[in-house]
Amino acid sequence: MELDEVIKYELRLYVAGKTAKSVTALTNLKKYCEEHLKGQYVIEVIDLLQQPQLAEGDQIFAIPTLVRKVPEPIRKIIGDLSNEEKVLVGLNIIPVSK
Amino acid sequence: MTKLHKKQQLITFEQLPKTPTGITGLDEITGGGLPNGRPTLICGEAGCGKTLMSLEFIVRGATEFNEPGVFMAFEEKADELASNVASLGFDLLKLQDDKKLRLDHVHIDRSEIEETGEYDLEGLFIRLGFAIDSIGAKRVVLDTLENLFSGLSNQTILRAELRRLFAFLKEKGVTAIITGEKGDGSSLTRQGLEEYVSDCVILLDHRVINQISTRRLRVVKYRGTQHGTNEYPFLIDEDGISVLPVTSLSLEKEVSSERISSGIPSLDSMFGGKGFFQGSSILVSGTAGTGKTSIAASFANEVCGNKKRCLYFAFEEAPKQILRNMKSINLDLQKHIDNGLLEFHASRPTLYGIEMHLVAIYKIIKRFKPAAVILDPITNLITVGSVSEVKSMLIRLIDFLQDEQITVMFTALSLNTVVSEQTDEGVSSLVDTWLLVRDIESNGERNRGLYIMKSRGMSHSNQVREFTITDKGLSLVDVYLGPDGVLTGSAREAQKLREKTGVALREFAISRKDKEILRRRMMLESKIASLQAEFESTEEELNKIYLEEELKQNIIERNRQEITDIRRGNADTLKSKSKSKK
Repeated sequence: MELDEVIKYELRLYVAGKTAKSVTALTNLKKYCEEHLKGQYVIEVIDLLQQPQLAEGDQIFAIPTLVRKVPEPIRKIIGDLSNEEKVLVGLNIIPVSK
Repeated sequence: MTKLHKKQQLITFEQLPKTPTGITGLDEITGGGLPNGRPTLICGEAGCGKTLMSLEFIVRGATEFNEPGVFMAFEEKADELASNVASLGFDLLKLQDDKKLRLDHVHIDRSEIEETGEYDLEGLFIRLGFAIDSIGAKRVVLDTLENLFSGLSNQTILRAELRRLFAFLKEKGVTAIITGEKGDGSSLTRQGLEEYVSDCVILLDHRVINQISTRRLRVVKYRGTQHGTNEYPFLIDEDGISVLPVTSLSLEKEVSSERISSGIPSLDSMFGGKGFFQGSSILVSGTAGTGKTSIAASFANEVCGNKKRCLYFAFEEAPKQILRNMKSINLDLQKHIDNGLLEFHASRPTLYGIEMHLVAIYKIIKRFKPAAVILDPITNLITVGSVSEVKSMLIRLIDFLQDEQITVMFTALSLNTVVSEQTDEGVSSLVDTWLLVRDIESNGERNRGLYIMKSRGMSHSNQVREFTITDKGLSLVDVYLGPDGVLTGSAREAQKLREKTGVALREFAISRKDKEILRRRMMLESKIASLQAEFESTEEELNKIYLEEELKQNIIERNRQEITDIRRGNADTLKSKSKSKK
């Protein structure tokens, strides 16, 4: 219960199999989250190869896509998340962390 | 000729497999439909009907050919699409429930998306693949793929992925339509999609000329097959899209030698008493107010009276107006309308472009299947097209109608009254029969003269007839050809009266002469009689003198004899002498 209250970020990463880009994205994401959002986030990885029906719901067309479900509004970042600043701005983390 | 036909048919069979679109006319142009299992690009400006055409492809596939389809929309939401095409009778949601159709809206909003690093469009592929597999789709539409370019900035990735996408579609074996906005200049699409789709490219166009818009379609490229290369007009109406493929001018149509009455007996008699050929084209031209519409209406009346269907396209008057006006010349067209034999279609020529008119006419004819069609008047069409356009439209229309063995009557307004006049539309050379109604102006009144300029394949009168419109109907009267020239109307009546008087006078004169001769004869006869009497009396006189003379001679002779006898005393000699004398 206490953990739930601290969770500010629900992130969902869509991948399609274990491709190089997907692996890079997940590694990058974990790294940024640990640095900036320690203890405040959940990451859910969805493999579309296994659950293709989920692609439509979140309007996924590119892989990998990171979807910030919470907090609203929904934000999407596509790519292997190699640019840290862009990811942080995109997730609206930088102002939060400051 | 038959050999050639067989050869052509053979080629058709050898062509690559095609997927019929079900869109009226498009399959004829493409020789069977879109390339099976390959992507086709439909491009054009905004609002030219790309989405509708591709959607109709999917819906017709699902409803008519039992081929389920996936419609992936990058622009409109699924429910928006559904409500947009509900007016065309396409129930997308029901088809979706029946698993015949799957709508998938791909929402791309740049403001929600951040790009960082490498990515691909595998997500789209998975979605598409999932949609295809879930209903076993044979047809796919991606409308409009170019929206990806506005949502994503990494062009290099996009282009590479598009190439992969088309390969993916081919691999899936679906017949796909990709739509794209027309780009600037000569490029077909803004993002150069045509370089990825190499099999079939269809260009839609929506042009406004003289404030009138016409939609056109052209097959720019169709690899591995022959196809119509012209621009074809198409129409979007309550039945969806119809393309008009009528451009064949092969002149190989069947002809009929059946005759069909014009509805005016005296006009029929000018055509050897039988009227027009069935399936021929008839042009009635003349100046304003010469009764062209009346001729057309009585033809319609005749066709319907024979329990055949007739279509009447009015470009000038409203149907009610025509009905009322024709009632005044004893033509009741209303009863034919009630029987369903006659149908009026009135539209202003400016309603849409000339080609649109053709498509509309074509569609109605296909539906109504009439025996005769009337276009009244074609002159008004000139307001929406140039002479050559109108002519080419009419050529195609005549062609189509003759193929269908439908008799067609055009009326046309001509402006000049020279005998060798041409109609404005230049169709006079195309038609089989050309009737000309002319004003004949003399003695302060105007009369109508009708004559046959030409009538192919039948003997026809070369005379000018006076064409009269009365409350009993139409009829033709022989005009008076006299020393004073052609007389019509009251001049003709006056001339007739004059002739009558002349006859009476002549008769009177003759009888007077006869009497005189009789009198003369009697006079002469009586004269002859009196002369005769005179002659007789003279003759008598002469005879009397002669007889007296003879008598005198005899007496003298006798006396002399007697004297001689007396002298000789010989009575015998006297006797023999008188004997020899006898």
